[in-house]
Parts: sequence; C-alpha cells; structure tokens
Amino acid sequence: MAEYETVVGLEVHCELSTRTKLFCGCANAFGAEPNTNVCPVCLGLPGSLPVLNEQAVELAMRIGEALHCEIRPSIFHRKNYFYPDMPKDYQISQYDEPINVDGLLELPDGSRVGIVRAHMEEDTGKTTHVGGGGRIHEAGHSLVDYNRAGVPLVEIVSAPDITSAAQARAYVAELRAILVATGASDGRMEEGSLRVDANVSIRRAGSDELGTRCEVKNLNSLRSLGRAIEHEADRQASLVDSGERVTQETRHWDENASRTHSLRSKEEAYDYRYFPEPDLVPLVPDEALRQRASSALGLMPAARRARLQAALGGAEHARALMDQIGTVIELSLDDLVLAASAGGADPKHALNRAANELASQGERARALDPVSFASLLALESSGTLSATQVKAVLPELVEHGGDPAEVARRHGFEQLGTEELESAIDGVISASPTEWERYVSGDARIAGFLAGQVMKATRGRANGKVVAEALAARRAGVSAR
Amino acid sequence: MSLLDGGVAELAAAVRSRQVSAAEVLEEALARIEEAETELHCFNTVMLEAARAQAEAVDGAIAAGRDPGQLAGVPVALKDNMCTRGTPTTCSSKILQNWVPPYDGTVVRRLAEAGAVAVGKTNLDEFAMGSSTENSAFGPTRNPWDLGRVPGGSSGGSAAAVAAGLVPLSFGSDTGGSIRQPASFCGVVGVKPTYGLVSRYGLVAFASSLDQIGSFGATVADAALALEVAAGHDPLDSTSLDLPAPRLVEALGEGVEGLRVGVVDDFLAEVAPSCSLAAVAAAEALAAAGASCENVSIPEMLLGLPAYYIIAPAEASSNLARYDGVRYGLRVDGPDVETMNARTRAAGFGAEVRRRIMIGTYALSAGYYDAYYGQAQRARTILIRAFDAAYERFDVLVAPSTPSSAFAFGAKTEDPIEMYMSDLCTIPSNLSGHPAVSVPFALDSDGLPVGVQVLAPALGEPVMLRVAAALEAVAPPGVRGPVRPAASSSAVATGGGGGGRAGEGGGEVAGG
Repeated sequence: MAEYETVVGLEVHCELSTRTKLFCGCANAFGAEPNTNVCPVCLGLPGSLPVLNEQAVELAMRIGEALHCEIRPSIFHRKNYFYPDMPKDYQISQYDEPINVDGLLELPDGSRVGIVRAHMEEDTGKTTHVGGGGRIHEAGHSLVDYNRAGVPLVEIVSAPDITSAAQARAYVAELRAILVATGASDGRMEEGSLRVDANVSIRRAGSDELGTRCEVKNLNSLRSLGRAIEHEADRQASLVDSGERVTQETRHWDENASRTHSLRSKEEAYDYRYFPEPDLVPLVPDEALRQRASSALGLMPAARRARLQAALGGAEHARALMDQIGTVIELSLDDLVLAASAGGADPKHALNRAANELASQGERARALDPVSFASLLALESSGTLSATQVKAVLPELVEHGGDPAEVARRHGFEQLGTEELESAIDGVISASPTEWERYVSGDARIAGFLAGQVMKATRGRANGKVVAEALAARRAGVSAR
Repeated sequence: MSLLDGGVAELAAAVRSRQVSAAEVLEEALARIEEAETELHCFNTVMLEAARAQAEAVDGAIAAGRDPGQLAGVPVALKDNMCTRGTPTTCSSKILQNWVPPYDGTVVRRLAEAGAVAVGKTNLDEFAMGSSTENSAFGPTRNPWDLGRVPGGSSGGSAAAVAAGLVPLSFGSDTGGSIRQPASFCGVVGVKPTYGLVSRYGLVAFASSLDQIGSFGATVADAALALEVAAGHDPLDSTSLDLPAPRLVEALGEGVEGLRVGVVDDFLAEVAPSCSLAAVAAAEALAAAGASCENVSIPEMLLGLPAYYIIAPAEASSNLARYDGVRYGLRVDGPDVETMNARTRAAGFGAEVRRRIMIGTYALSAGYYDAYYGQAQRARTILIRAFDAAYERFDVLVAPSTPSSAFAFGAKTEDPIEMYMSDLCTIPSNLSGHPAVSVPFALDSDGLPVGVQVLAPALGEPVMLRVAAALEAVAPPGVRGPVRPAASSSAVATGGGGGGRAGEGGGEVAGG
C-alpha cells in the first residue's frame, strides 16, 4: 500500500438558507408536510417559467468571495435526464459559465485545496421507495415529495488536491465552517443541507499523473466520507496490485457493509445534453450586489482561529490546542471564549470548558451569557467549585441563565468546609491503610486513587485540587513526625 | 350588420355604453360557434360556463359604474396551449387530454382584466408542431374558405375562428410562423410580436427561445388593439422586456410617406407565383402611397429553415420531457418507472411530436452538439447580423407570408420536409426575435386568400402595423374574412373534407 498515494477531489452540494426557492416564491423550509411548499413553477407545470432569486445569487457570491473565487457573469444550462423527483425532467444548473471559479481553501494545518468552481443549481424533490428494501427497482411504489424541488444549491467542486481521508474530512469541516460563517447555509449534514461526493483515484507515490477515478456517493457524514475514501483507495490498490485496471464509474458507499458497490459505469453514464436555458437571461451581477455580498461576509474561520490563537498567547502556544480551537470555531463558541477571557478568565481554561463541556450542549450553548461564563470559570479557578460541579452547573446556565454562584448553591454545591474535608481524609486513611502507606512512602501513582476515594466520600463536592493539596499536607505531617 | 362583424374597438365601446350587453354579444358568438363547429372544428373546448360568468361580471361592472376595460365584452378565442385555470389545456395532445391547469397564464389574465370574454380553446397542431392542424390528436380544423383545405397551423383553430366570424379576436402562438401562416391561409391579420413583448408565462412551451404569443383579427386595428392589451412587462417571465406596453392603434392611420421599404428578393423565387406576385404588388402599393421601395437580397434568410429545424426540436426535446406520466396528464402503467415513462410517451405523443423529440435529442447529444446545435446557433447569429444590416437601410421589409395558399388535407402529411417548407418565409423573424405581421392582400386563382408579410426590427411594431394598415386599405376587395364555411372546391381533398354545404365553392365573401 505504501507505494500508492490517494488523490481525492470533492463535490459538495450546499443548500442555501434563502427564504424562498431558486426560481419561485415557495418557502425554502425543511421538514414541512410533503408537497405543501409547491407551486406551478417548482412543480414544472406546463407553461410555467423560472425567475431567478436575487437572494440566492447574493449568497452564492458570498461563498465565492469566502473561497477567494473570481466572481463572473454567468449563465444557466439545462441538464436533461429523466427521474421522477425532477419535475421538469431537466435540472437548471450552471455548466461551462459558472458564477464562481478559481478559488482556494486553506485548511487549519496550512495546506491549500484549489476550488475549481462553485456554481448555482436547483435541488430535486425527494423520492421514497416503499417496499423492496427501499430500492427503486424492487419497490412496490414510490412517493415523491417536491418540497425540496427548486431549493437553491451551490455545488463546490475542489481540485484533486486532497491526498488523504483525514485531509478530506478536514476540508469538509473547514468548508462547512466557512459556509455557516457566510450565512449562506446552516451546514447541517444530517438534514442534507450539505452533501458530499468524492472522486477518488490512486497513483504511484511521487507520480504527477492522475489515475482513473471513481465517484463515491452517499456520504452522509464526515465519518462516512473518511471511511469510504480509505476503503475505495484500498480497493483500487488491490485491483492494480493484481494486474487489473480501475474502471471509471459511480459507486455507492454502503455504511453498514463498509464497502462501495458499482452504480453505473462510464458507458452507462447519462448524456445530459446540456444546452443554455432559454427561459433565463444571463446573470451579470452589478457592482451594488457585489458590494452587498462582500460586506455581508462575517469573519471567516481562519481569521477566527487566528484571533483565538492570539488570545492564547500565539500560534506556538496554541498548537497543542488545535482540536479544541476547531471545536469551538465549528460551534461558533469562539466569541464566548474571547468575551470570557476579556472578562478576566484564563483563555486556555475558557477554551477547555467551551470545547468540552459547552460543546456537548450543541448549538444552544451559543446562548450562554459571557459574563456568567466568566464568573463560573472564576469560581472554578478559585477552588470554590470543583470541575465536576462546574460541569453540573453549566447545562442549567445554558438553559436558563442566571448567577453561577446562585445556581451552584441551589445544586447544594456549598464549598466543603475544611473540617469536613479533613474528616473525609481520616475515613479514607483508615479504610485504605495499605494505599496510604504506599503514598506516604513516596509512591506518586497511588495519589489519584486516594483523591478519588475522598471525592467519593464527599459525593463530588470536594475540589480535586484542594483534595490533592490536603493529602500532600497530611503526608508532609506524617513524614515530619 | 352584427356588432360582431364590425371593429373590436367599436364592439367594446357599444358594450361599455350599454348599447349591447356582454351577455348578448357572447350568446351570438356561441350561436355562431354552435352552427359552424361541426364543419370547422375550430375549438377543443367551448368555455360555456366560464364565458357566461365573465360576460355577467363585465355587465355587472358596467352596471355598477366601473369600466371593465378596452376589450369590454369582446369574445376572444385562445389557442389551446395557453393555460386557463379550471379549463382543460390540451395542446391538442392525448398526453394532456384531461389536464386542467390550476392557474391562468399572464395573457389570459390580462385579457380578463381588460373585460374580454374567453369563449373557448382553439385547435392546433399537437404542441404547436405543424403547419396545417392535421397533427391535432382531436382531428383537424377546416379552412372556412374551403372545407377541403387546411387552415394552416399550428394556430389553425384561432385563425379559422376569426376568418369564419365566430369571434372577432383570437390569440395564437408563433414559433416558426404558427400565427402568420394560418392568417395568410385564412385571410385574416396575424401578428407575431417582438420576442419578449408579450409574456410567455402560461404558454405551454414548444421552443422557448422562439415562442411568442400574438393576435389574430379581421383587421390590423383589431389585431393591434388585442396586442396592446396583451403586451407589457411581466415579472413572471425573465425574458419579458422591461418596457411599458406600446401604443399601437393610435398611429395606424399615419400612412407610409417617406418610409424606406425593402422587398426581400430571396423568397420570391422560392414561392408560388400568387404569393410572390402579392408581395410585389404590396411593394408597388406602398410606393404609390409615398414609401420608397427597393428590392434587397438577404441570402442569409435561407439559413433560417435548417437552423430552425435544429434549434426548435432541441428545445422541444427538453421542454416536452416533463410529460412522463408521473405528475399529471396521461399515464400508461408499466412494471417500472422507465417503462411507464416510455409507454406513456409512446402512447401520448403523435408522430410529428415524436419525430421532433428524436431530432432534438440527437442534435443535443454528446459528440453531435457542436455540429448541429452549435452550428445552428452560429447560423442564427449570422441571420441576425444580416437583418441588422438590412435595417440600417430600411424601416421595414416586405416578403411573402407563405410559399402557397391553403393546401388540401393530406397534401403534405406524407412528406415532413415538404410540410416544414411552409414556414420558409416566417421562420427568420422567430430566429431574430423581430416582429412580423401577415396581412391579407390577394386572392389566388382558386379564390383563396394570400397574405403578405411586413417585417420590422425589434420593437418596430408601431411602424410595422402602420405599413400593414396601409396595405389593408388598398387590398383588393374580398381578400379577407369573415367568410361562411364553404364546401371544398379542391379536387385533391383527401381528408377532413365533407360535411360542407354545397354550392358555395370559391369562398363567399361576406365582409371586407
């Protein structure tokens, strides 16, 4: 395997967060009753005509801007193929004159992936095959929901610059963060707002040539994406090793079986018979729209990372914290971390709590008041509250807000009195004399066990740091005798 | 004389001034339709209830002191490819036989808002593909001048309905001549406006870059008034021009003094003598009225037909893909979706529609695109440049409307290319997006009407219609409708004839 390297190009379909669909006034909303957000246009009824949604154009331009693309005058084409979830049996899409071309995306590790194009198109409806295991040819019948038909998409096509499954995941994670930051998309992979296809090929290490690629579909999560690329590269390597050739085809990733299988070969590929859409006029964004698109751009993830790194004392100090930084950026908790730091909290402490405890609260964690977050962190670093107690208090602060000290009191997290702590330590020493002896004789590895016993005896109310100090003080007393 | 046989403006004025009610006018039109329909078959659907409700609404508005608009109480017929809410819109195709649109097209809505009363949906060649209405799935329309002959097409029903005096106005669509050719065959005025002047929203698409809705009237003034009402920017059609509707009627009488008229030479040798003679006579008449006339050769005009028969089928192959049996219209079941699609389309589309879908699919296929579609678009560009050059020298162009007068049923059905040649003189205006009008100007030796085309540059409707009105004023008597349905005088009639009244051969001319 070591003699091959993997080459990956990704096609990411991103649903735009517009109020209405790309070519009509129907609501662009996820989760409505089937076939309620429809009209003659998005149902493709005879005689209906598309009218381009200006908000969608603006969001597409924001994406182009954020990906450092050249934003150009563009036209729409018709992509012709028959499928029941396509109301017109053609998809209106951009083809050889897309709105955004020649961009790039820089990953957190500094590597760069070229963006070939980021073009606009309409989404299709959604087909559910009933019976026959959900496959079209074995199904008893199929149900089609056209609510999604005509929802605006931007398809972002990367150059084949990605060389590993890990880099592919990092690319999609970074792209997702960018799309969310531009306000163009909610980035929800689980709702299909973001859908990824991977073009995978292999070549001999060091070669410049591109091998025959396979397009892998049905990648519904970052995890699927990584696993599918690894599997597909292995499959192609074994083919080449056994003297066979890789054939160009579209393959379907089966998450449960952990394998890909062929959907259609190059010969069976559709001839889409693209031609310019005569119902639409060329799209030439004027200066006002360009201005609006670029001024609406929020701070991009890379800039936000740099901001956090600076707060943490520079890139050198931050290097070990990249995972945590990534997590808070992805969840847009970086503003909270910075605000808490500005309010006196230790930035690293704030980052740590945000990336771990707050992250588990999901998106609603963004609602946390930075002042109350900062004072909670202060209670922890002063030893008033233990880490365990902080973790218990946070969800309630996220949910209802309030003064952290007050919330902690309500939870019964009174600071443990010295007397109570000392008597708990007495209890532990008499219950575990052997361990205590080892500790006193200098075995540092047993310290954690003893501290844990104390925590248990105080039902988590003790502060770990204070317990460790108290144990050390006791030992000092014993040794002194 | 009935008000139905006078001018449209006069009829609307009579309704507005309560000289006659919209309901009375409608009932007379319905009676005429009922009498003529078995012979002519102009209509796929007569909208009895909807028309009566609209006439009542118009009369109610007038009684309440409101002005229902410029076309108050005027019965109009609509080509059956214009979407009408609650009334079937079939495109004369089995695949849409029972389809009822849930919405009105923009032109349909504007007509109703102007007080017009839509009385029915007229017959056409299936999906507007044809030049005789013989491609209708519901049987052809007959030419009221001679029941053994075709009315032309594809808007044959709309042309024949005005020619026979069943309605004073009708609307059609013109993709390659589908208004002007039947207007010429039926002795009525037919206007194809500038592309984008009239909204296509609600017009079932054949070839989107060429389709344009236009009007039929017994006179230029009637057709011009109808166009004024239908025209104007529509935000629902991205290709609609962002301009106010032009004033067309007021300048019709201004004459042609000083206008520069070019007579397109290139068609004269390609058409029947009666048609070229009519064009030459028209030029002479304009010269006599003070225009300067000159013959001009624009050989690029002859690129039109071959380019059109690539571009139009290519767009059609895509536009007609949606008739797949999934959502509406005909469905013929099958064991899987692909078979259902194929069976539905095989059963639902007629031969000509299938032929054009095949041609268009082929022309757009990978490996052939540039040689066919790309080449046709280049020819289209060359043609447009040739037009532009000509319009530097001329205000309008004059040309024959058609290569012949109305032909007999079956005369061209065996040879599609021969049928396609019917649109030779009309196609260039669709490819360039320019306006053109056919105005009745002569009778041939069979006593059939022959039209002459006036062509103008984009948005040249005012001058174009002025020239057409000048021709109309000097046209020989008896060249236009309304005529009462006449039995065939044609020896070669093979289909669709019969049922006509005897003894009226040659076209009894009742109007003019």
